[in-house]
Amino acid sequence: MRAVREDVTEHHGATVDGALSRRLKALACTAPLHDLDARKAKLDWADAGVYQMAEIALHTIDQVTVAMDFDTGADHEQIVQRLLPFIAAQAPERPPAEHERVARWVLDNLINVGTVERGFRHVYGAVGSDGSYQRRAFDFKLLVELATPSGEVYLRASDEAINVLVGALDTDVESAQVAAEVKLENLITRGRLADAKLAAEQARYRTVQYGETLRSMLEATRRDVRTVDWEEAIPQLLDSALEHIESRFRAENAILRNITAARDEADDPDHKKRAAELVEIVSDCITRHTQLQARLQAAGATFRAEQDRQEFSGPARRGGVDLFGQLLVPALGVPVRDAVTPVEEYFTAASGTSVPGAATLPSLVSMLLRPAPEREKVVGEIPDPELTPSDQSGRFTDRHWELADELFSRYEAPRRLSELLEEARAVDGELPLLVALRATHSYGADVATALRQGSGAALLAVDDGTPLRDGRFGGSDLLVAMVALDSGSGDGDAEADRAVAADAAAVAVPE
Amino acid sequence: MGAADAEAAARLIAYGLRPKQVPARDAGYSDLVRKYHADSQFKQLTHSVAAGLGLLVLEVNQQAGAVLAATDESVFEIKMDNYARQSKIRERRETEKVLHGVIHLATAALAFPRPDDLANDTYVGRVSVEQVDSVVREACRILDERAAQADENDDPLSDAPELEQAWRVYARRPAAAATKDGRLAPDTTRGMISRALRFLAEQGFLVHINSDRGGTYRTTPRYQIQVRELAADRAFSELLDLDVVAVADDVGTLRAASSETL
Repeated sequence: MRAVREDVTEHHGATVDGALSRRLKALACTAPLHDLDARKAKLDWADAGVYQMAEIALHTIDQVTVAMDFDTGADHEQIVQRLLPFIAAQAPERPPAEHERVARWVLDNLINVGTVERGFRHVYGAVGSDGSYQRRAFDFKLLVELATPSGEVYLRASDEAINVLVGALDTDVESAQVAAEVKLENLITRGRLADAKLAAEQARYRTVQYGETLRSMLEATRRDVRTVDWEEAIPQLLDSALEHIESRFRAENAILRNITAARDEADDPDHKKRAAELVEIVSDCITRHTQLQARLQAAGATFRAEQDRQEFSGPARRGGVDLFGQLLVPALGVPVRDAVTPVEEYFTAASGTSVPGAATLPSLVSMLLRPAPEREKVVGEIPDPELTPSDQSGRFTDRHWELADELFSRYEAPRRLSELLEEARAVDGELPLLVALRATHSYGADVATALRQGSGAALLAVDDGTPLRDGRFGGSDLLVAMVALDSGSGDGDAEADRAVAADAAAVAVPE
Repeated sequence: MGAADAEAAARLIAYGLRPKQVPARDAGYSDLVRKYHADSQFKQLTHSVAAGLGLLVLEVNQQAGAVLAATDESVFEIKMDNYARQSKIRERRETEKVLHGVIHLATAALAFPRPDDLANDTYVGRVSVEQVDSVVREACRILDERAAQADENDDPLSDAPELEQAWRVYARRPAAAATKDGRLAPDTTRGMISRALRFLAEQGFLVHINSDRGGTYRTTPRYQIQVRELAADRAFSELLDLDVVAVADDVGTLRAASSETL
């Protein structure tokens, strides 16, 4: 039995492993969303418990995806503005400024601002070709920042994000589309508008995906016709995209008819509202399809124009090094460690010469007096960090702590908290509070912990039931003593025990 | 050959060290270039002076002037270490170097897309920040497709970052990132490219035309010579050593013009 199992693993290891890593990767894409909810409790600028961060994050990806068309997506501001109503609905009583901050926080976290690569990494295990277990890294992004030709930064959702969002991992785009349509028609005839809306939205994502694929293909064509397969792959893509548009037009017109009727006939205001929303989405779909169709029609012309331009730009005269194919691609294809030497050689050889300065005594003086050279020339622009003064400065200064220490260790015998407070008051106005706090903190202090950490002395407080009479503080008049600890001989324990035994006390937690 | 000739030879070298100066705008320079071509002894002397200084004369002509390259360990050499952002972690430092190097390579690849353009002395290339980025990302896409076709799991090993292929590092690096003051973030690929192009312009290899597409530049004859006569070969032989590049056959490489697509 065991032999058989081993056999199976050996032969089917690769396939099982493939499915497993695919699922692990799919799971990893959702991790940043869950992480938001896990971390919201730690936010110090708001009690963010009421916000459902993962929901907001999904909504953010939705908004970015919807804003994506052929050329640009939405910029940060637009997305934040579009998120506000959704966030405000979750916590209407909170101020709008907080809503906006939540929106920015979620957006920044989806981009993963603060890391150099602005992405996420998930480590997963896989069985390698030699049968050993290897840890591999899966890098992915959810929202990607890109720049327009004029330099503005805008957002696009990554393929991973669209997949997570649509929940169509590893499914065929085409078949999923057909299924969604059938579902939509059924839903409408049965009047289930909420589901119909979802299906229409999913259809819209498909259109966006087609548009994205086409856009990247056309861009590659503009750079080099031969990098894109115009013989088979592109005609296929164009055909399926056209079919998609054709069927969508039919479906959407049917939906529009049905839904407009449903909207007008519906008595239930909620139904009416939902139908109106659906009409809006469907109209948007139709606009997008028209856009996609225009692009599809222009695709062939783009190809022919680029082919002409690239083909008739002159025949090759004599061979030289093909920089792209023979240098750039191979250099990118090797591991980082191996790529260092070739690119460094190239850089040194291609960067020309720099003239080092030679100093004479008169010029040395002026060199020394010259302001520091602009580091910008060497390492690029240096952003000026915005420093906000830390508001975490403690209430008590180091001097206060020293005074309190001195006060505690002035006598060996345990002392009343009230006496300590009196003495502290005589020294400094703030000191009594620190003394009271430290005394309270040391009530029931863990001597074992102090010993483990190797502290030389621990502050102990014991309550013997005497109430504290003080103008400012209330509670029990604790007996407080600084007890020396000797970890070496175990005397510390004994001594601490003595201190405790000296004041067998009724327990009353001081205020 | 006297002291006067030695001085003239040294002056020609000195002109060459000011990369933005061209013979067309300086009669003295132009005369020296003419002398260099007419007088073989002067030519020899110039080469000797250059060699003594730790320089290599790549070419002297009226378009580019004297094009010089620093030999190894010469005082005129520009080290990658001084150019790339310093990082304390070794892997990170290597990564930064590779990214910068790849960007410089891609700039040349875009400026001279076909072998012919590199060979043709009258060719003037155009590059822009946006295009350089898309050229590298295009190369990354090709490699990604190749990896996908090979159909083996080639996600990088998490405990050996230096074994990760260079294209993955580049593909992962964001092209742009929003900053508070709207400037280009220096860690992004566009930030690095824009710095590379500015640097090359300062070295007299590119000339700034306008700020379309993130900054558009044209190449100078000097750049063509530098890449053709030295840099490409150096990198090529290194890659040959790694056994990752084949010497071109007659079919042509990726960018070579062929009639297959017609």
